Amino acid sequence: MDFSLGERTEAFRVEVRAFLDEHLTADVIERMHASGTFNDKDFNGALAEAGLLAGAVPGYGDRDPIELYVLFNELEKAGAPYDGLAVTMLVAGVIHAMGTDFHHTEVLERLLTGEFNCCLGYSEPDHGSDVAAITTKAVRDGDEWVIDGQKMWTTMAHEADWVILLTRTNPDVPKHKGLTMFLVPMGLPGIEVQPVPTMASERTNATFYSGVRVGDEWRLGEVDGGWAVMGVALAFERGVMGGTNPAVPLLNHVRNWAAEAPSPDGGTMLDDPLLRERLARTAMANQVSQLLTLRAAWIAATGGLPGLEGSMAKLYATERYQQAVGWFQQMAGAEGLLSFGVDGAAADGWIDYDGRHSPVVTIYGGTTEINRNNVAERHLGLPRAR
Amino acid sequence: MDLNLTEDQETICEVFAAFFDGETGPARARSAEPLGFDATAWERLLETGAPGMGVAEAVGGGGASLADLAVVATEAGSRIAPLPLVDHIVTTRLLARLADPSACNDDVLAGSAIVGLALRPATRGIARTVPNGAVAHRVVALDGDRLVIDQHTDNLLDAHLANHGCLPLAHRDLADAETLAEGPAAVAAHARAVDEWRTLTAATLVGMAREALVLGVNYVKEREQFGRPVGSFQAVQHLLADLPGLIDGAHLLTAKAAWAGDRATAGIAGTLDVDANDVTDFPVLAAMSLVAAGEAAVLATDRSLHVHGGYGFSEEYDIQLYYRRARALTWLLDDPARECRRLAGMFLAADDNRLAASAHHDSPQANPETGRS
Repeated sequence: MDFSLGERTEAFRVEVRAFLDEHLTADVIERMHASGTFNDKDFNGALAEAGLLAGAVPGYGDRDPIELYVLFNELEKAGAPYDGLAVTMLVAGVIHAMGTDFHHTEVLERLLTGEFNCCLGYSEPDHGSDVAAITTKAVRDGDEWVIDGQKMWTTMAHEADWVILLTRTNPDVPKHKGLTMFLVPMGLPGIEVQPVPTMASERTNATFYSGVRVGDEWRLGEVDGGWAVMGVALAFERGVMGGTNPAVPLLNHVRNWAAEAPSPDGGTMLDDPLLRERLARTAMANQVSQLLTLRAAWIAATGGLPGLEGSMAKLYATERYQQAVGWFQQMAGAEGLLSFGVDGAAADGWIDYDGRHSPVVTIYGGTTEINRNNVAERHLGLPRAR
Repeated sequence: MDLNLTEDQETICEVFAAFFDGETGPARARSAEPLGFDATAWERLLETGAPGMGVAEAVGGGGASLADLAVVATEAGSRIAPLPLVDHIVTTRLLARLADPSACNDDVLAGSAIVGLALRPATRGIARTVPNGAVAHRVVALDGDRLVIDQHTDNLLDAHLANHGCLPLAHRDLADAETLAEGPAAVAAHARAVDEWRTLTAATLVGMAREALVLGVNYVKEREQFGRPVGSFQAVQHLLADLPGLIDGAHLLTAKAAWAGDRATAGIAGTLDVDANDVTDFPVLAAMSLVAAGEAAVLATDRSLHVHGGYGFSEEYDIQLYYRRARALTWLLDDPARECRRLAGMFLAADDNRLAASAHHDSPQANPETGRS
């Protein structure tokens, strides 16, 4: 085995880090946390101008999945607003893999400028983990489809230009076989976006579709073939495109805080043996998360589809992150409860932020339990439990 | 970036998997209890050249890399082979690296004379709980700042310490030991050998964890309660579904540690920057790999034993053999919590030094206990 990234990938990483040094200003980070929108069109545009965005589309251009991993990993470690970008680029990857010429011209090329965004319309109020049971209807009417229904957790919908929308086109067949995917322009009449505030600082949305008319050219994949499109989208989502190293900035924030924070036992918190043990356990888990993610990227780079390996990476990384946040928030005591901009907040409020954010990551993009089901059934070969 | 084994390693893996299948395994481990040494299997192992394979070809060994040896250790671990191979190999490499490598003689390279390593520094002239102390002809130990090798004694087996994992543990009296090296070089040589022991023991634990998971999964597929296989219950499935990622993660980290160890041997300096999650430093990765693999093996054997129900703790079933060995090997060197505190001292000191260097101050000498100067 060889764990060096290689010259080309290392050079790419240097390029990304140089970009971040220049463009990821305190302003950008503050704007992101103040607005709750983890997407910055100016920042995305600058990425495009620097020639880094084409590499962010899975399968597109001459960047391989390990470079895609490097890009999102560096964005994540630096605390950059990348959630909107990751979703947009994953949709770009799906279009690249399964889209028509029309989708390439109308959507993909625009996404590559960094000035346009997509959001994901899979979940509904009554259908989350059991996503194949969704009921949002698309009914054919000549060359058009008429869409009625409601989606939940459509994060970035208020910024998005298109939603990738999973609909039911055939209610008379088994649930996975009657689904069709559409790319729907968000400006169409009949679409309404309502904010859903969350305890994490990130905002999400509910979206409503009432008699929305969309031409057949906006269909992505076959009629009743929406589940296959979902398969590709989920394989892109889990693992490679960020989300598996959130405890890297956490470790950085905590050890900087601990070096200055007086301990009630005397000395600073950095002298506390339990804190030191936990810093080391976090550093170790960060390495393991990185390796599990790199493995998924490497499998993709060598022609495989790393669905299960992505599940393992997400399961491990998100659970460890949540555990570490719990340790450090507890150890920071009252100051660990204080928020951004508050006098005396531990790590300037970052510990409170991570405490709010960490429950989210074990749920979105496939819950811990859904990933355990995947591993149990498809990796261990145990019988279906549902 | 390449996560495949090399062609040589594929061959090594096949050859040793076949050897350990044929000559070791749970039944042999059980009959080798309580000592934890199968003399017949060791005799057969000599024919493969394994005992000397980790030593450089120039000194008469097989020239295997740490990465190659990790592959062998994982195969041995998955069959809980009652053989002191990791200890012997680590000690041969230590002896062969000394300015005077003559203690690594032909008998040692062949394995007809077993050598071992005292992991902890001696206390009052005694090397305590040496991992293969009850079967090693000679044991290398750190006594103060002297690296010493003790003399063969005839009543080795009487010294065996009955223990949780049925390992061939014994205390060794260093009264008549001869000095191999002294001073900082001796301390560094011992530290390097213990780091190699950490890495290869982690590889052994990865093998144990993998096989423990297989035992648990196979059992829950066959065992029926309430009219269906217990493996069809989600509560049981989810206990097991956490394990593949944990075990694969420990495996990747261990392989990375071995890779970093081979790079260190080749004179390539590692990096240690936890703020960027950039770590290729061998001692840090060696410590992390043992903590991670120990955690995986302890949890995998615990959950696998649990899903066996009462049969899990009965002597008739194999999982209890794995359960006890996983704990013994994980905790033999030290409490993982203390290993973690030592790790923190290493990376916090490295960062202090880097910051000091970038501020154009003299690099402070950091205290490894607190990481402060």
